Amino acid sequence: MKARSAGAPPPTLPKARTGILGLDEITFGGLPRGRPSLVCGSAGAGKTMLAMEFLVRGAQEFGEPGVCLTFEETTEEIAANVRSLGFDLEQLVAEGKVAVDYVHIERSEIEETGEYDLEGLFIRLGHAVDRIGAKRVVLDTLEALFAGLPNHGILRAELRRLFRWLKDRGLTAVITGERGETTLTRFGLEEYVADCVLVLDHRVHDSVSTRRLRVVKYRGSAHGTNEYPFLIGAKGISVLPVTSLRLDHAVSEELVSTGVPRLDEMLGGRGLYRGASMLVSGAPGTGKSSLGAAMAQAACARGERALIFAFEESPAQILRNMRSIGLDLAPALKQGRLQIHSSRPTLTGLEQHLVRMHDTMTAFQPDLVVVDPITNLTAGDDERAIKPMLMRLIDFLKQSQITSVFTSLTHGATSDAVESSEVEVSSLMDTWLLVRNLEADGERNRTLYVLKSRGMAHSNQVREFVLSSRGIDLVDVYLGDGRVLTGSARLAQEAREAAGHAGRRREEERRQRLARTRRKGLEARIAALQAELEAERFEEQAREGDAASEGAVAAASLERLRAARGGTTPGTHNGHVEARPGRRPARP
Amino acid sequence: MPRVTLAPASPPVQHKEYLLRLYVAGETAKSVAALANLRRICESHLAGRYSIEVIDLIANPQLAAGDQILALPTLVRRLPEPMTKIIGNLSNEERVLVGLDLLTVG
Repeated sequence: MKARSAGAPPPTLPKARTGILGLDEITFGGLPRGRPSLVCGSAGAGKTMLAMEFLVRGAQEFGEPGVCLTFEETTEEIAANVRSLGFDLEQLVAEGKVAVDYVHIERSEIEETGEYDLEGLFIRLGHAVDRIGAKRVVLDTLEALFAGLPNHGILRAELRRLFRWLKDRGLTAVITGERGETTLTRFGLEEYVADCVLVLDHRVHDSVSTRRLRVVKYRGSAHGTNEYPFLIGAKGISVLPVTSLRLDHAVSEELVSTGVPRLDEMLGGRGLYRGASMLVSGAPGTGKSSLGAAMAQAACARGERALIFAFEESPAQILRNMRSIGLDLAPALKQGRLQIHSSRPTLTGLEQHLVRMHDTMTAFQPDLVVVDPITNLTAGDDERAIKPMLMRLIDFLKQSQITSVFTSLTHGATSDAVESSEVEVSSLMDTWLLVRNLEADGERNRTLYVLKSRGMAHSNQVREFVLSSRGIDLVDVYLGDGRVLTGSARLAQEAREAAGHAGRRREEERRQRLARTRRKGLEARIAALQAELEAERFEEQAREGDAASEGAVAAASLERLRAARGGTTPGTHNGHVEARPGRRPARP
Repeated sequence: MPRVTLAPASPPVQHKEYLLRLYVAGETAKSVAALANLRRICESHLAGRYSIEVIDLIANPQLAAGDQILALPTLVRRLPEPMTKIIGNLSNEERVLVGLDLLTVG
């Protein structure tokens, strides 16, 4: 982990890293080194946990042994408490890295007479510090002294001396204090600790509790001034936003299929980038969960691991319902590729859900995570609270290269309302699909479109989203006449179109047949005319032949006549005689 | 103002041994005064029935935790049971006697 984020000012004073997730980011490096810091908050706000994690991480990770003076809980109780964070305090004590001293004052068995001071406390602390070479000190909670010692004048003077002493010894200290009604701490400890003050808060809103942390004061250093939600999980405290101060996770060029081929196509061809986050929002019953399950199924089919966090349905119910659309999740579940975790959203606060999800993901190492739905997590909680939580979750997912699908239930009927109602969350998402119900002609049909998809040439078209026993499919909607038709209207229009097609085809065929017939007719007529012409020519030849033979007959008879008369005719020497007597050459 | 009476000179608890332990931190004015006050009170009220153990925490800091010592000087009555503690330089004799159960308030 980097000590400082890129945008932080240069350190003006040395700091001691707490090792607590997120806290070092907010404080730009940790608590002031060699100085006491005050952590105040109401009962159960997590003061002791924070202080002990500071101590344990110092000893484990930064080579800085630490001493804890506990005034309220015994050494055993403290050890049991931090065991819930996964720390073995007894082991650290045995290794000489941590010393815990339970300082107890029983008011009833103390009589006070004459002057005294708290040198005993100094000696005990000093002894423990010297014994293990401590660099860190936790005092939890000094205010118990106010109940145990009657003379507050002496006590206050001694506390002032104690803080001076801590500074002189160069000890980085965390002092916890109970929140007061009007002051930060009930007994005004903040007046002694002027360097750094953290306030922890444990608010219950609509029966759901959320922990928050704020850096009230940090002398000589810049710090985040917001209230940051924080969680106490199985691996310690995490302050949100943990990693959101940095946006430097690696990105993948690898594309993974959504399990719905047509959806992959809409997203630019081959699906989502690995590690991308996708939001599927829509009204109830639009098939968001089914889409999520389909993606999980596809991931498992590829041999990857998928994790479904369900906040509405039990695993058995999901299995049954998905089977009805042809998605059998049981084999993947049996093979251990798929895990379904169902829980009630109101069971714990938002941050506890996050921790649980975080732990589950760390243990299971999935490639795909489905959160169904995120909207339920905000049930009873501040709507705005979900954004930092999601930011944290998405950061984690991206850094782990886990593809994620979040479904979100929308309230608005129009797409405008939907888009505006989810602006908060959607900006965190890489891809945003909107599933809408279109109501027309007495039926509701699902449509799906891609509102955005970062880094992809995604489709801008509306598709009809069809859930059937054969699974999920996206169908082109009928577009035409400025209308979008879905469902049976689309089917009817398609049928009409098909019918229209057939009609036109028949008409065309008819026209072609007609043309063929006409051509045949013309050809027939041409043949007839040719035949007529042929006949005419034949007749003419015949007529010419007749004339010639007529002439010959005439000549022959003339010859015979001449012979009979005993003379010759001048026209006979060339053997040619005109057939026509009228145009007979003049006889000599 | 509660009326206080001294315990009888020859009380029925005569056989009891008073085991007292005084925690101090070095030879400070407070610790010197406390020890002097304690000796004086014991001599006048518990002559022959007490023993005093002085523990200097500067020399033996590890002993502070056992008796939950915080304020100094602290007088611990180890015996008789129950254990009681008196903090301060023991300048008020009456309160020391109350703390040691040598004085009954009634």
